[in-house]
Amino acid sequence: MINRLLILSLALLPLGALHSAEWSSKASIEARHFFNDALNPQQHDGNLSITVESEFYHDWDDDSQRIVFTPFARIDQHDSERSHLDLREFYWRKTFNNTDLYLGIRKIFWGVTESLHLVDIINQSDTIENLDGEDKLGQPMVSLSHSTDLGDWSLYILPWFRERTFAGIEGRLRPPFVVDQDNAQFESNDKEKHIDSALRWSHVIGDWDVGLSYFHGTDRTPQLIPQMNNGVTTLLPYYAQLNQLGLDAQYTYESWLWKLESVSRHHDNRLSPNLNRSKAAVGGFEYTWYGLFDSATDIGLVMEYQYDSREANQALIANNDIAIGSRLTFNDVQDTTLLALVASDLDQRERFISLEGARRLGDDMSVNIEARFFSNTTPQTQLFALRNDDYLELLLTRYF
Amino acid sequence: MINNKSYALILPLLAMLLPATAFSIDDSAHEKKGLAIAIETDRRDAGFGDSSASLEMILRNRHGETSERLLRNKTLEVTNDGDKVIIIFDTPRDVKGTAFLSFTHKLEPDDQWLYLPALKRVKRIASRNKAGPFMGSEFAYEDISSQEVEKYSYRYIKDETFDGRDHFIIERDPVDPRSGYKRQRVWIDKAEYRIWKIDFYDRKDSLLKTLSYDDYNQYLKKFWRANIMEMINHQTGKSTRLNWTDFSFKNGFSEKEFTKSALKKSR
Repeated sequence: MINRLLILSLALLPLGALHSAEWSSKASIEARHFFNDALNPQQHDGNLSITVESEFYHDWDDDSQRIVFTPFARIDQHDSERSHLDLREFYWRKTFNNTDLYLGIRKIFWGVTESLHLVDIINQSDTIENLDGEDKLGQPMVSLSHSTDLGDWSLYILPWFRERTFAGIEGRLRPPFVVDQDNAQFESNDKEKHIDSALRWSHVIGDWDVGLSYFHGTDRTPQLIPQMNNGVTTLLPYYAQLNQLGLDAQYTYESWLWKLESVSRHHDNRLSPNLNRSKAAVGGFEYTWYGLFDSATDIGLVMEYQYDSREANQALIANNDIAIGSRLTFNDVQDTTLLALVASDLDQRERFISLEGARRLGDDMSVNIEARFFSNTTPQTQLFALRNDDYLELLLTRYF
Repeated sequence: MINNKSYALILPLLAMLLPATAFSIDDSAHEKKGLAIAIETDRRDAGFGDSSASLEMILRNRHGETSERLLRNKTLEVTNDGDKVIIIFDTPRDVKGTAFLSFTHKLEPDDQWLYLPALKRVKRIASRNKAGPFMGSEFAYEDISSQEVEKYSYRYIKDETFDGRDHFIIERDPVDPRSGYKRQRVWIDKAEYRIWKIDFYDRKDSLLKTLSYDDYNQYLKKFWRANIMEMINHQTGKSTRLNWTDFSFKNGFSEKEFTKSALKKSR
């Protein structure tokens, strides 16, 4: 579907005739090295990958109308699932006084915390891009946003569901069994055509930024069900229906940012009925010391606690975890930053460690280095499947 | 440098030698005159309503290597408080589309939000970072923030004539203890109350930076804006030049264009 949309939309754009329009693009090459031998002989210890993302936008009608078109493509050396195309955005916006109407594919972000995004639910995670869950698949929608003195209201009608992406048989950073992405199961008979909906209110009240949201529709996070097929075990994704109430709040005071996100979920018919009602929260603070030792360098400290009422028997549930991170911002011409994060499970003592560095090279290139480690895992812990997947990544990006 | 240091040492000694009463009367008159000049400078720029402009920043290191940034800004004048400002970054290309919203205040900390286009995320950020560099340049956040009379205490120093203009020289001390400066020495012309030069003294009272204004133009027959601002850091040898273009006033901007939701839509 995405392929056809891409070709169709390219054909529809009367490029020569447009004014106040703009193209910008970026292309990147990513190299990953895994420190340990893969658990599965079909996986590889090194991987190269390239991506291209372009963005086109055009404003007209005294800036009250806009069209945005953002195609994305990745070609991966080994993992055929990671080679994929997506339309991150392809929408039209029309502004009427205090109301915006959007038609098309968009990316929406809700929330305030850094270590986990609980409230953010409109877009499906493009998890094969990166473990951090910040890459998203474009979500088709009709949406209305209305601004009032008592906050902003947004209504979203989501007519098409996007399935989560998972690594293929040759990819690393995956469960021991491959996820069978061609045979996803749905609670709703409408499957991916179930019409989801969401409503959000958000407001700034002095030093507080608050949001309340309600989502009704297909859960973005599937349950993975082991299945034997001709002697081969695969994992079938099962997408249940979900009603989720979300709250996000940030209090900003001097160098302190206090953050909280909380959700209350009700699944109509999850495969384990005792899990039909659950609650989760993530909260903590970010504090920044500016101008360390009379230099231009700032150092930030982030600490967040993650709670989930569900037991941690599902993949990657942060049910009683603490995340501690530190960000060094050099405020130099090249915007050099270093970020270190440790997330620990307080019950099972397993740890996820992430180290990142980023810097601009010249005017139109940047380099990112990322190292990730999964430690203290045991067969009972969530990260056990990734125990041999510690990796180092080098990412070079050129902007056009 | 040597001159400044010895000056800083001698000044307190001189103050001790002078009769206390005579010194304070003189002081108070100079404070009044300094404040009056600051109020008149502010008054002459009041009533602009809103403005927009494009900005080219040229960062130069001590070896003469340069790096360039392109930005656009929109300002909404807020009476009885600091202005509301949106800054949109066009280059470097890796931060293209990033946008910054600030509700500046006279004495309270500013309210600031940053829009990150890759994540479509607006983050409320802490505004304590007054003394930190803006985009790696020689301009600190407090140098580009809305200038309000209440942010400093003032004293008149003397008159000085250069480039064919008569100037007042005043000194102003930042009220906010988080400012990176102990004092600023400001040259303001007597005819139009335009700032032509500012010397910035760091917390140790050493001369840190000099900002020079050039190529002033008048808009709506009232408001003066300099096309060129050059900041030289005397301690590091680095400098930043701002080339302003496309000044536009009375664009009809309203409050609703300076909100979190408007920030997400800015281009």
